Amino acid sequence: MIKVENLSKTFGSKRAVDDVSFEVRKGEVLGFLGPNGAGKSTTMRMITGFYPATAGKVSVCGFDVSENPIAAKVKMGYLPEAAPSYQEMTVLSFLNFAAEMRGLRGEDRRKAVRRVVETCHLDMVLGQTIDTLSKGFKHRTCLAQSIIHDPEVLVLDEPTDGLDPNQKHEVRTLIKRMGETKAIIFSTHILEEVEAVCSRAIIIDRGRVVADGTPAELKARSARAGAVLVTLHGASVEAVKEKLSGIAALHHADVCPAPEGRVTVEAFPSPDAGAERDALAGRIAEMAIRESWKIEQLKTEEGRLEEVFRSITMPDTQLVKGAA
Amino acid sequence: MRTWPVIGTIAKRELAAYFESPVAYVFLVVFLLLSGFFTFSLGGFFELGEASLNSFFTWMPWLFLFLVPAVGMRLWSEERRLGTIELLLTMPVLPWQAIVAKYLASWAFLAIALALTFPVVITVNWLGDPDNGVIVAGYVGSLLLAGTFLAIASLTSALTRNQVIAFILALMLCLLLILVGFAPVTTMLSRFADIWLVDTVASFSVLTHFEGFQKGVLDTRDLLFFFSVIAFSLFTTGVVLRSHRAG
Repeated sequence: MIKVENLSKTFGSKRAVDDVSFEVRKGEVLGFLGPNGAGKSTTMRMITGFYPATAGKVSVCGFDVSENPIAAKVKMGYLPEAAPSYQEMTVLSFLNFAAEMRGLRGEDRRKAVRRVVETCHLDMVLGQTIDTLSKGFKHRTCLAQSIIHDPEVLVLDEPTDGLDPNQKHEVRTLIKRMGETKAIIFSTHILEEVEAVCSRAIIIDRGRVVADGTPAELKARSARAGAVLVTLHGASVEAVKEKLSGIAALHHADVCPAPEGRVTVEAFPSPDAGAERDALAGRIAEMAIRESWKIEQLKTEEGRLEEVFRSITMPDTQLVKGAA
Repeated sequence: MRTWPVIGTIAKRELAAYFESPVAYVFLVVFLLLSGFFTFSLGGFFELGEASLNSFFTWMPWLFLFLVPAVGMRLWSEERRLGTIELLLTMPVLPWQAIVAKYLASWAFLAIALALTFPVVITVNWLGDPDNGVIVAGYVGSLLLAGTFLAIASLTSALTRNQVIAFILALMLCLLLILVGFAPVTTMLSRFADIWLVDTVASFSVLTHFEGFQKGVLDTRDLLFFFSVIAFSLFTTGVVLRSHRAG
């Protein structure tokens, strides 16, 4: 539904977006990650046709955004960064305006406004002018205008920015639900959001796509991914160290004494262990049972998105296996 | 998307926005007070002893010089400052449609202000027997003059996010358009320039083209002048707005 091909944007001599390509299909929620100033908003502005692209091509539902802007914009809803809206208008008149701009009249308009008011919980503030609203309400008012025409494609620039934890959760649930039937692209720098909502994530840094995959795939790039954490009872540090050295798939392990006679083990599989990698937890468990040590906790690390994000966008910190 | 419904929707919102802020009412009151003051006091309406609105229309360019940039300064600078331009231009509307819609709304607001001066027309009709055709022509000319200044204000407001700068730039450009045809200036110029040169320069002045309307003459050349300045300014507004986004 959204197709971005070799998109670039320069401001003066500064290259804000550099040869970015990706695609978002129907039923997909794409998380757009990156540090501030990485080019997320610029990319989104080109997708929505606000900025003309310096090079490259964007098409939405098959319509080229620069050649056929109206047809593309009809299919799209957009929540700009910082959620701007006409301050002196009431929420109701603003939503009526947005609906009319989308060609909704009469009963259709009333229905659409009623639907988004319900979805975004705006019924309390309908008659208030927007400049008197709290940040959360302002944000939801702008979100409401972006979905008023039930678009097939949604572009949301930091949709949860400035919301409290409950509101954040609600917006995430909303995005996830809408993502089943639409193509959604949203930017954020809250990583847990990506894990909670996205079916795919792209990390962009200095205008370039540096990682693209499902949240699980991205997490697996973390140095900690596949590490096994065990807490044993009734063992000594020396004995554990000795027995661990017999496990072939193990690269190295940190063994530390813990209070009340426990021992904690953090075991890292060797990178070239292949299928044995995934069996590391099992091998350690077998060892403990053989030695009749009590296992209090056993867990395989999935890897942390934050770590991957940091290591990709700050290359001097070596936390990732394999380059982007 | 059909053009006119979209322009109508934007213009309706824009016009309503004027009346949702107290600025509109302040403007209307100031405009009506000043136009009355200029007509009756400075213009010497009663002393002239003739049944015409000459003293009323003569002051119009000077009144508009300050008031029209004040109306037009927020057109685009406010949209850019608040970021609503991003919202507006990502809706299914072409930039020129948005420019025309916002312009027409502000022009309509100025037309309302002008229409509210109807008591002077009643007064002059009550006191004497004026040529109402001339008065209508004067109003048409005033409306075109306001539209011309407004188009210039639209252009300067696209140049900057700062409304005060937009106001001053518009004021200076409008002043230039007045002065090149202002009698004291043209007399001074004619002392050291050939008469054809002075006339050519003066033909760029709004005063030169407004004069005809004041006398009750609707000349196509005057109409053409006003409409071409409006068209040029609005077109340039579009170019400026695009250049901000093009980077």
